[in-house]
Amino acid sequence: MGTERTVAVGIGAEELATADMTLNIGPQHPSTHGVLRLRLTLDGERISRAEPIIGYMHRGAEKLFEVRDYRQIIVLANRHDWLSAFSSELGVVVAVERMLGMEIPERAVWARTLLAELNRVLNHLMFLGSYPLEIGAITPVFYAFRERETLQRVMEEASGGRMHYMFNRVGGLKEDLPAGWLDRARAAVREVRSRMSDIEWIIRGNEIFRARTRGVGVLSPEAVLQYGVSGPVARAAGVDFDLRRDEPYLAYGELFGPGRPGRVVRRTEGDCYARFECLLDQVYVSLDLADACLDRLADLPPGPINVRLPKVLKAPEGHTYAWTENPLGINGYFLVSRGEKTPYRMKLRSASYNNIQVLSELLPGNLVADMIAILGSMFFVVGDIDK
Amino acid sequence: MTTSLLAAPPATPLAAGEAPTLEAFGLDPWWLILAKAVLIFVFLMLMVLFEIWFERRFMARMQNRLGPNRVGPLGLLQPIADGLKLPLKEDLVPRGVDRPVFILAPALATMPAFLAFAIIPFGPTVSVFGHQTPLQLADLPVAVLFVLAMSSLGVYGIVLGGWASASPYSLLGGLRSSAQVISYEIGMGLSFVAVFLFAGSLSTSEIVASQERIWYAVVLFPSFVIYAITMVGEVNRIPFDLPEGEGELVGGFHTEYSSLKFGMFMLAEYVNMTTVSALAVTLFLGGWRAPWPISLVDGANAGWWPVLWFMIKLLLTISFFIWLRATLPRVRYDQLMKLGWKVLIPGALAWIMVVATIRVLRNEGISTQQVFFAVAIVLGIYIVASYLWDAVRGNRRDAEEQEATAAERAGAGDSTGGDPMAGGYPVPPLDAPHYHGRNSTSKEVNRA
Amino acid sequence: MDGYFGSYLVVALLAGLGVAVVGGAFTAGRLLRAQRPTPEKLITYECGVDPVGEGWAQSYVRYYVFAYLYVVFAVDAVFLFPWATVFAAPGYGAVTLVEMFVFLGIIAVGLLYAWKKGVLTWV
Repeated sequence: MGTERTVAVGIGAEELATADMTLNIGPQHPSTHGVLRLRLTLDGERISRAEPIIGYMHRGAEKLFEVRDYRQIIVLANRHDWLSAFSSELGVVVAVERMLGMEIPERAVWARTLLAELNRVLNHLMFLGSYPLEIGAITPVFYAFRERETLQRVMEEASGGRMHYMFNRVGGLKEDLPAGWLDRARAAVREVRSRMSDIEWIIRGNEIFRARTRGVGVLSPEAVLQYGVSGPVARAAGVDFDLRRDEPYLAYGELFGPGRPGRVVRRTEGDCYARFECLLDQVYVSLDLADACLDRLADLPPGPINVRLPKVLKAPEGHTYAWTENPLGINGYFLVSRGEKTPYRMKLRSASYNNIQVLSELLPGNLVADMIAILGSMFFVVGDIDK
Repeated sequence: MTTSLLAAPPATPLAAGEAPTLEAFGLDPWWLILAKAVLIFVFLMLMVLFEIWFERRFMARMQNRLGPNRVGPLGLLQPIADGLKLPLKEDLVPRGVDRPVFILAPALATMPAFLAFAIIPFGPTVSVFGHQTPLQLADLPVAVLFVLAMSSLGVYGIVLGGWASASPYSLLGGLRSSAQVISYEIGMGLSFVAVFLFAGSLSTSEIVASQERIWYAVVLFPSFVIYAITMVGEVNRIPFDLPEGEGELVGGFHTEYSSLKFGMFMLAEYVNMTTVSALAVTLFLGGWRAPWPISLVDGANAGWWPVLWFMIKLLLTISFFIWLRATLPRVRYDQLMKLGWKVLIPGALAWIMVVATIRVLRNEGISTQQVFFAVAIVLGIYIVASYLWDAVRGNRRDAEEQEATAAERAGAGDSTGGDPMAGGYPVPPLDAPHYHGRNSTSKEVNRA
Repeated sequence: MDGYFGSYLVVALLAGLGVAVVGGAFTAGRLLRAQRPTPEKLITYECGVDPVGEGWAQSYVRYYVFAYLYVVFAVDAVFLFPWATVFAAPGYGAVTLVEMFVFLGIIAVGLLYAWKKGVLTWV
């Protein structure tokens, strides 16, 4: 690799022969937050080829699904993307419920929507803190974690978990929300909304941040479609697609639409700055959605929050595909059952895996310094790539 | 004023509390010189320890946290604990490094950082055991030039350390650093010229003496701004901390360093920060002279008091560094070089010309008002000209871009109609232009 | 310790002290710390994988051009310093100013040339 001879344009009109430099970014590298590895071929400080090498964190999740029953799968499913645990377990139970043709109680639907949106805020806050950190601004991450802490406290009170909630069950939620929790959750949402401006002001309008991210790593809508990129990264490139609006699940059908709180945040530039802005604005949308869910939950009459299940839960023979708009993009669950208590096959389509593939397209031609800006703005979780 | 202490040798026409000039140096007995030299080392070491603690606590307050608060009162002993722990770590020298250079580099980075402090005046002449002596180790006729020379020497440590490590990260980090530091050093040197124009000397003690009436930061504000930017670039701190930009090049030039050698680089960084801050205080912020309302008090600039003013100013300048670090992201390398070469250096050159012209005109007896009038006209012409220039260039660039996109569209047009069965088997519908060799980087095109 | 070189002697003394401190620190560190090298520890760090190729790869020639530019401008600045110190003294006036304008003009042409050539544009 290192001895590859190429011709590069040197100073002036003369052409000088130089050997390219191979640089490994990862698997142990501060900017890949996880064990993603990139093999870069450098021409001076410009990247001429980039190859993401994945699999350092492969845990065989899909194979393990096949030898676990439907209750146990949830615990595995919320681990591959540790920042969106609630949303990931949601996808599994939605798939199984669809298979069973199960109708779930209304309270469970709204509570799930609420928790999924809070989880989205948690996830986005993480990246809103870590992305500036990668570009060298160290303060926003502390603000982001203060907000995360506020929200995690209510999530923990409801579910008992701070990261891997394990709160979803086939047919609803594990248990009802604690008494008085709705008010505390509402206060937390209000608090986070009022303090979001701290993060916004310190980083959004910063000249250096703009200079680092504007027009850098521009992702075209064509590339988004070719590579199956989804989520905020795709919407920042102008692809107007959000499952919450376009193929509503849970209670999203009632939340999106004219005059309702749900909006699809979109940018057209496709650069790092647009991706960051998308994420930031989505936080506000999610907080609005959470408020709407809280209002609705307060109005709902008391009732069950789950469905009593048989001792042995068997999905009928057949197959189904459920997909959800996870914080990082579309997560798809293809479930094939032969009527056993374990699935015959459960294919997981994770958002980060597809989003990261486009790097080999996006990175060449950019500076090494831009590599950091681009990598950070692709918003991925390595566990979600490797599964 | 203790003018009665005029018991010095006849060669010193100095009273305690008076501003020393170049002639006041070189009269100290040997033990006083040695004591001062040792004191400079002790002062700088203590300053570094304090700065580390101060930076962590101060930044923590800005970030809703407490910072170190376990070791000693208010965590004050934390840097000492860290400083003891670091050298006791195992020192790894990787195989394949250039060993002598690898070991020499951290020493080469640290030493000049200490040396530069020799010419910083801490205060006026004071009495030490009956000897009248300025609170400054040495003053040279070219004192400021000496600081620049020392900071250039420090670059050797960085670039050699990067090179000797035999690692791509270190190599790139070291090269970047050297290019950055030398670029910003030019801007820094040029920002001094206006100060020399006013002070008529390169000696730090005389520059401080000439700021008795007003600080140069006020009179020569553009110079001060240029210096403030270049000093941050010179000591590799955020937003210009690219040599060790932890995201891109892991640890930059010190990726391979560990234990004491790593500590030396850190030490050099903090000492350098102290030095450029002290230089900012000396050249632009009135040195050890008391700030304005206090300076009216009789005796505020005499005896040992000035050391206090100097320390306050120094700490405020250092706080500025910390504030920057807590606020700003890192600039990109090409942006940094662009700022240095295309903004700071031409700006500094133009400012020198303006200052010199104004001074000559005033010497020739032309009033300041007329000068301002002329400057306003010149500026007006410049702004109009640059606006026109931009407008013309902008149009041309737009036209070029349009042409380019048109060509791209023409190139892309034929690729979409490709036969999906061309390779003998069905190809998935990946029909973006780059799959067919178009729109690729210029690099690939050049590959022969 | 007086005379023109006296001050430099003082600086040299400080340098000697510095060498002693750094040398002492290195020696003390060597005596005090643990030293158990294993082959794995001595591998150059490359993000957790074995290093590919040689560390000393060829790099961009552009750094070299900046070094040249530095030499040119550092010399420029050094000429400016003495000029600035005597500038306001009696006997120097408009003629000195014009002379320096000519000098700076030549330097500026150099910078403009480098600018135009695209040397100052990084990559």
